[in-house]
Amino acid sequence: MNFPILSSLILLPTIGALFIFFVRSSNSQYQSSKYVALFITLANFFLSLYLWIVFDKSIVDFQFVEEREWISGFVNYKVGVDGISILFILLTTFITPICVITVNATIKNRLKDFLIAILILETFMIGVFCSLDLVVFYLFFEAGLIPMFLIIGIWGGERRVYSAFKFFLYTLLGSVLMLVAIISIYWITGTTDVIKLYELGIDAKYQNLLWLAFFSSFAVKTPMWPVHTWLPDAHVEAPTAGSVLLAAILLKMAGYGFIRFSLGLFPDASLYFVPLVYTLSLIAIIYTSLVALMQEDMKKLIAYSSVAHMGFVTLGIFTMTQQGIEGSIFQMISHGLVSAALFLCVGVVYDRLHTRLINRYGGLVSIMPKYAIVFMVFTLGALGLPGTSGFIGEFLVLMGAFKKNILVATIASLGVILGAAYMLWLYKRIIFGKLINEDVKKMVDLKRFEIVTLWLLVLPIIFFGFYPEPLINSIEVSVANMIDMNDLDKINKLALGD
Amino acid sequence: MENLQLIIPELFISIMVMFLLIFGVFKKNSSQLVYNLTTVSLVAALALIINLDAQTQSSLFNNSYNIDSLARFMKILLILSGIFVMLSSSKYIQISKISKIEYPILILCSILGMMVMISSNDLIVFYMGLELQSLALYVLASFNRDNLLSTESGLKYFVLSALSSGLLLYGCSLIYGFSETTNFSQIMVNTKEIEYGLTFGIVFILVGLAFKISAVPFHMWAPDVYQGSPTSVTVFFALLPKIAALTVFIRFLYIPFYELGDQWQMIIIFLSIASMVFGAVAAIGQKNLKRLIAYSSISHMGYALAGLSTGTTQGVQSSITYITIYLVMNLAFFSCLFMLKRNDEYYENIDDLSGLSKNHPLLSLSLLVVLFSLAGIPPLAGFFAKFYIFVAVINEKMYFLAIVGLLATVIAAFYYLRIIKIIYFDPEKEKFESKHNLGLKFTLVASTFFILAYFIYPSGIVDIISQININ
Repeated sequence: MNFPILSSLILLPTIGALFIFFVRSSNSQYQSSKYVALFITLANFFLSLYLWIVFDKSIVDFQFVEEREWISGFVNYKVGVDGISILFILLTTFITPICVITVNATIKNRLKDFLIAILILETFMIGVFCSLDLVVFYLFFEAGLIPMFLIIGIWGGERRVYSAFKFFLYTLLGSVLMLVAIISIYWITGTTDVIKLYELGIDAKYQNLLWLAFFSSFAVKTPMWPVHTWLPDAHVEAPTAGSVLLAAILLKMAGYGFIRFSLGLFPDASLYFVPLVYTLSLIAIIYTSLVALMQEDMKKLIAYSSVAHMGFVTLGIFTMTQQGIEGSIFQMISHGLVSAALFLCVGVVYDRLHTRLINRYGGLVSIMPKYAIVFMVFTLGALGLPGTSGFIGEFLVLMGAFKKNILVATIASLGVILGAAYMLWLYKRIIFGKLINEDVKKMVDLKRFEIVTLWLLVLPIIFFGFYPEPLINSIEVSVANMIDMNDLDKINKLALGD
Repeated sequence: MENLQLIIPELFISIMVMFLLIFGVFKKNSSQLVYNLTTVSLVAALALIINLDAQTQSSLFNNSYNIDSLARFMKILLILSGIFVMLSSSKYIQISKISKIEYPILILCSILGMMVMISSNDLIVFYMGLELQSLALYVLASFNRDNLLSTESGLKYFVLSALSSGLLLYGCSLIYGFSETTNFSQIMVNTKEIEYGLTFGIVFILVGLAFKISAVPFHMWAPDVYQGSPTSVTVFFALLPKIAALTVFIRFLYIPFYELGDQWQMIIIFLSIASMVFGAVAAIGQKNLKRLIAYSSISHMGYALAGLSTGTTQGVQSSITYITIYLVMNLAFFSCLFMLKRNDEYYENIDDLSGLSKNHPLLSLSLLVVLFSLAGIPPLAGFFAKFYIFVAVINEKMYFLAIVGLLATVIAAFYYLRIIKIIYFDPEKEKFESKHNLGLKFTLVASTFFILAYFIYPSGIVDIISQININ
């Protein structure tokens, strides 16, 4: 492989951003910078699709690896993909063009700056998923804060300043300890190269502290209870495209980090802390589901449901079984699609009525039948109905959990019921019921670009619900290798006393 | 004669000082000309330094004056910063009506003093250099003599600085008393045992030096002086004396008292932690940008000291890298400050920045980059500066210092974010002037570009600095 395909994926959006930045444009030409952004993000999507096609799913090694000296004698710029990361890259490049399309309705001022922020953010997001060096990973992971801070702060709602600060400082505080851990790893093992670290392993006596340092960062980003409080605020205030990116991709960085780094580098510590993660995940699943039931604000409800869904993800990862980890990855992809779609749906009605309060709506089914259909699909996807992608993820996670701990699995299953409760109730309150509000009667059904974006999300949700094979295929070998390599199974057996 | 060849840059600057003084007195209304000539002579001095053989390692004048790789690098840094300060502040001086012939000459004098400090290998030579730079700075701080704040800041700086110089001199005399020499290399030979008098001497000298780089708890002068002085002097204060004082720190700790590391290490760690935390917390409530940057620079000096406290070559190199990147960031910040001008009046309150991004998108973008870099967010240069420091600190297993330092960056991030919030999220105000002179624009563009593009090739500076030989 001579063509640096991963670096192109990373750089292409930045080049697009620079192009938009330097080309002079008056108000009338904003449209053209939108097309540039759309073109760039679509090109990136097809490039990553090509990457997925040529990617050899039967090999455990990292592929398309590029390595260049960066900070001499210390850190190398190293990127590469395995079956896990390639899916997240695909998710990123798939969601970003959809965000670019939605700016039409939601962003009224400074469109150009917004597009630049989104493109730069895409660069950082792709970078996170394919970096194979801890320092490079940290760089991309942290850098994403800058564009997201601006997206929430400039284009957000009324309490945008508070939310932007909360988002930034929470995440930064979580991450600084990870930096200490990364540097410590360098001094313990002499490298920050992930592949080498997989081979070398890290001495068990250091693992617990290092694991906790990484955990502090990922737990904030996931977000796990009790450090999840920034998420509802950030989601509520961010513009639609910002919420979509936040829910669909930024949250997945942490789940990805758990698999790649916490499990991969610190298997012993991961095992040691399993009870902690189980507890926090279960609290997240049950408690935030209950909180979601009480929400008056649509976006807040979906934000809390995200926390609950991510609870399933962390639970699945730390079952350390083939099904559990595969289920978590599947759940992340599925949640990426579903939550993006739900935020878009909220955006659609918000643009028309300028309120997110659930009780202002009702009876939309007779006014907006097309909207009611797609919203139905996404609701069912969110509550994990068989036949949608949400089901496969939750099912696999619960299967993995039942293998390990029946009590934990039972409690988590309760979360599925609660999930169904708040999602269906939300749907009922918005779509069915009597038309009370006069303003609602004036609302028009989906416009063409909204139909396109929403159906683009409906298709994969249903497709992967019936035919999960392509995704599972892609991750199977990598996950099996991860479990093999770190003897996670053996450790598990020892712990169970077999 | 050979000795003289190696100090040609210093000689050249002293001759230029004398020449410009006479020239300025005899030629009427020549302040602008003298200013430009000063800039030119700084460029010439830079060329002379670069022209010296990079490999020279020699001690001149009875081993009291060092020309080595450390001195060479620091002098290049010093004079480059000097040139950029001159370029960016020329317009400010004219408009603030402080364009007198003495101004550039005093700057030249103080740069000369700093060069002597950088090269000094002897307590007496070091003290002479220090006083030369300080005396020039007292006058510069109060240069806007019709302004109450400016005179106050000059007086304050003078009184406190004189006190610290006194302590420093007392420390020198103690060290002389216990080691029978003032020469750095000789002190190392003569002090094999730890004696209380010697420790006191070290402490007194460290206090004096800490005052010069405004490390907590010897920082009290900095906010007032930064705010009161004309901005063109503030930028000078924020950049150049730090380079010189840090070099003396390195020389003083790593040549004569390297063996006594356990005596001074705790002091430096304390100074470092106190500065990082205090600088971060105290800046939160500030309303004036210059005052804010004073606290921010206190905090940044804390990080530079953290590198020094490790007692390793790597730590020293990380400190030098830190100060280099710090200089560029501050230069960019002050260039932005020089651009906040409307109807011949400069604005320096944070509120004046409100909604700047709508009227001045490019200026706001530069400020955004600079502020995120000062906060240490990747992938900007400021992140790498902190990264090297923490790599060195964690290598010595000083986890407490590393974690406190990183937590302080989170606190500091808050006030940098607050400025960004005011620039980007708040309603707009009246426009500022958008015409600026070329030197200012060049300084801003060059420094912002450095900060933005640093991550592409971070090895460049590190490689150069790793060539520096400390002992």
